[in-house]
Amino acid sequence: MNAQTLIFYFFATILLFAAARVVTARNPVHSALFLVLAFFTAAALWIMLQAEFLAIVLVLVYVGAVMVLFLFVVMMLDINYDTLREGFWDNLPFALLVAVLMAAEMAVVVAGRNFWANGSGVSPVIHGPEYSNIKELGRLIYTEYVYPFEIASVILLVAIVAAIALTLRRRKDTKYQDSAQQIAVRRNDRLRIIPVAADNKLRQKHEAVEQTEKQS
Amino acid sequence: MEFFQSLLGPAWPVVWTLVKIIAIVGPLLLAVAYVTYAERKVIGYMQVRIGPNRVGPLGLLQPIADGVKLMMKEIIIPSGANKKLFLLGPVLAMAPALAAWAVVPFSPELVLANIDASLLYIMAITSMGVYGIVLAGWASNSKYPFLGAMRSAAQIVSYEIAMGFALVGVLMAAQSLNLVEIVNAQKGSSFFSWYWLPLFPMFLVYLISSVAEINRAPFDVAEGESEIVGFHAEYSGMAFAVFFLAEYANMILVATLTALMFLGGWLPPFDVAPFTWIPGFFWLIAKICFVLFLFLWFRATFPRYRYDQIMRLGWKVFIPVTLVWLLFVGAMMQTPLGYLFH
Repeated sequence: MNAQTLIFYFFATILLFAAARVVTARNPVHSALFLVLAFFTAAALWIMLQAEFLAIVLVLVYVGAVMVLFLFVVMMLDINYDTLREGFWDNLPFALLVAVLMAAEMAVVVAGRNFWANGSGVSPVIHGPEYSNIKELGRLIYTEYVYPFEIASVILLVAIVAAIALTLRRRKDTKYQDSAQQIAVRRNDRLRIIPVAADNKLRQKHEAVEQTEKQS
Repeated sequence: MEFFQSLLGPAWPVVWTLVKIIAIVGPLLLAVAYVTYAERKVIGYMQVRIGPNRVGPLGLLQPIADGVKLMMKEIIIPSGANKKLFLLGPVLAMAPALAAWAVVPFSPELVLANIDASLLYIMAITSMGVYGIVLAGWASNSKYPFLGAMRSAAQIVSYEIAMGFALVGVLMAAQSLNLVEIVNAQKGSSFFSWYWLPLFPMFLVYLISSVAEINRAPFDVAEGESEIVGFHAEYSGMAFAVFFLAEYANMILVATLTALMFLGGWLPPFDVAPFTWIPGFFWLIAKICFVLFLFLWFRATFPRYRYDQIMRLGWKVFIPVTLVWLLFVGAMMQTPLGYLFH
């Protein structure tokens, strides 16, 4: 067993532990945090497979953005831990069925000949340090797969617009500030300087003092 | 060195990497301590005060005294707080601020890990800093820190987008994600070839977003220490101090990144004799100090932004500005004038 295998099993153990805790932890915030840990260790495993772009994007998108929103939502909810466990036994048969189905599907994929690199006769290419994963990916996305890529991004954009359009409602009775107008305000719009009589007297006094100082 | 190598055998790479990590983190923590000193002195002089001048000559031992004081204090854990997460919060705030330094180059050769995608790595690691704040607010089991954490996290997540787009501009111009290559791509006869000029809107957006990202004035609605109840209201002693260490370490980090990506890193301002005699490392340090001084200057100058205006600035001003400039840079690169943007 070399060092790389050792590191792989180290990360794999953490990943499996974290993934198991996601479903077994009582507190949903803990579950979300274990999911973060699972993503992070999965990214480490991908780096070991020389897929550094995917690994970094996994951290950037899932850990840095998606899970933060998840945590936001989970923290905002006022969760009663006792009612959370209710109905566990009622749902168990159906959940078991789904779990068995998923396990069977995975087994079919993993047992298939094409899943294993040495089974289909294609061996994984080991690249030298000069090879840039990101450049290759970028080239492929913008040449060979440009239409699927663009279509996917347009679909995502439509989804964003649709989600906002569905949830956005403007109530007539809410008052809100127009920041642009507030920023555009100048001093003379709000402020008027009125000459005060006492001010004039004071000025005359000062001038008189200055006069006497100059003379002396 | 070969003696140690033979002595340690297979453990040598691990030990050597640890030594290199200490060589970066040690001076960094010292710099963090003295940035706090510099901040108090600079703002003091800007406000016609003297600043700390009692502990040691010129008050130079003040940060040490502050550190000792904070370490002596008790860490109070609120009743009903989630103890593990409460203590994990400061750790998660600090860890990304230090981990990002792994790929930061100090000169063309002096870098711990010269990886191909160092810019992406930095974006990924710094995007994790928000967990510390969110967890601290939630685990305190108190509504004010929780509200503070929500405020702060929303602000950080918003400005991350504008910052990311500004960095896209940099990597378009440099045609690389590697920080060493990004600096080398800025090489020219004078400081006009650095990216602050062709990417000027990006430079401004990046600089301002990074101030917002590290929760500093005028965007310090997360934790105006003296008047706003922020996410770390329940923290005390060293647990509290770690948040500040993280803030200042992040401050130095974004200053370094600004220097590397927009101000030419270790390149001298003019590529002629008296300037090229000074080693590049010192130019980098000088640029970092300049950006740090800007941060302190901002704090002494600008009044605090209102929260809705912060959000408006991030989403409605910075993101459109960066998107338009991205399109502009991309279009210009296809014209004969494209060399101006490389």
